[in-house]
Amino acid sequence: MSLLGIMGAQFRRDLALVWKSGAAAPLGFFLGAAALTPLAVRPTTFDELDQLAQIGPQLLWIAAALAALLVLERLFQADLEDGSLDQMTLSAAPLEALVAAKAAALWVGVGLPIALAGAPAALALQAPPAAIPAIATGLAVGMAAFIGAGLVGAAAAASVKRGGVLIALLALPFFAPPFIFGAAAARAAVLGDPFGEAFALLCGIALAAAAIGPVAAAAALRLQAE
Amino acid sequence: MITALANPHRFLAFARWAMPAATVAAVLLFAIGLPWGLFYAPAERLQGESVRIIYIHVPAAWWALGVYVFMAGACFVGFVWRHAIADVAAKAAAPIGAVYAGLCLATGSLWAEATWERWWVWDARLTSMLILFLTYLGYLALHAAIEDEERAARIAGVFCMAGLINVPIVHFSVDWWTTQHQGASVFRADGPSIDPSMLWPLLVMALAYAAAFAALLMANMQAEIHRRRVEAAAARRLRAA
Repeated sequence: MSLLGIMGAQFRRDLALVWKSGAAAPLGFFLGAAALTPLAVRPTTFDELDQLAQIGPQLLWIAAALAALLVLERLFQADLEDGSLDQMTLSAAPLEALVAAKAAALWVGVGLPIALAGAPAALALQAPPAAIPAIATGLAVGMAAFIGAGLVGAAAAASVKRGGVLIALLALPFFAPPFIFGAAAARAAVLGDPFGEAFALLCGIALAAAAIGPVAAAAALRLQAE
Repeated sequence: MITALANPHRFLAFARWAMPAATVAAVLLFAIGLPWGLFYAPAERLQGESVRIIYIHVPAAWWALGVYVFMAGACFVGFVWRHAIADVAAKAAAPIGAVYAGLCLATGSLWAEATWERWWVWDARLTSMLILFLTYLGYLALHAAIEDEERAARIAGVFCMAGLINVPIVHFSVDWWTTQHQGASVFRADGPSIDPSMLWPLLVMALAYAAAFAALLMANMQAEIHRRRVEAAAARRLRAA
């Protein structure tokens, strides 16, 4: 089997697992968190709705980051528990490639649905309709950056029992750059400012995370499997 | 010298005199730097007496970063060449660096209150320091959560090295964001160039922090090596019994 063949098999397996064991849960969590945040500013009058429009799309990014943390927790833990990780280290393909395939499956299975769900959520948070495509695109790239940047934390804490809080602590410092550029791009889209610069930097962060994340995560995973 | 010290026995022999020497140096430097900065150095024209916190705040910031770089270097050596002492050094450095970062944040917050009447400002440097502080906490929590000593050191080492890439990116991001959205009014990228009458006590304090780090690091490492020896001896006795 060629390298791409093995990566494809890993990708299909993980995507099937994501779909079967509930891509709906992180999606529902994302929508629930997005629905709760406006309650903090009491959006009952039109004035207050306008205030919400100032911060609404950025609030969406908080929900997206939390949803990413939620899915990262189980990403490697399940593989470590049922022995799949040992199989992955024995595979002819390098572990880095398999981790990248897993991350890609997670992005397709969870990241893209969240980005699509971000469109109606952004409307509800008072974003102007013209800004919706930009916000959803930003979220799609941002989910890739979150998943890539969170890989090392997820891999490092994979063997820790109830490691969810630990993963959150480990991943948060790495979430700061995509968070800053993504929320800035969303804000610029809402205000009608040029959002290209922030968006380009967000894409750069996502690419860097996709390049470095699997390598660092594989280094930590090899130690877990030892 | 580094390879010679990779042997725990030789390290302990070195630390036996180097640790007290560094302690004495730290005490002397603090005894000179603290009164110099807090009482004798001039007050600043715009900020008045509150500027004196700079002598606590800025060296803490420098060495919070410096200790992290040291730690990542130790993690790298431990990861590549499996030097046990390098792992011990990284683990021993982490709490010291975390305290320096925490001290920097606390004094930064006090300084912000005195200057801008706000307990916290999201300026680029303070935000990067906060992220660095969180990275230290993550390293400590991760190291503590994994039971096997050697595996904990290596996995936490991977996290530490990834954090070294992250910190400058965070700094750049926050810098970009403050210059984009707040204008460079209050938070200038560079302060006014500093007068020698303030620079000298600042440098003395920086040396004092460095000496304190060296002394605490060696004390921590000594304790860690002795702890491992005691545990190994206890395990041997258990097997013999």
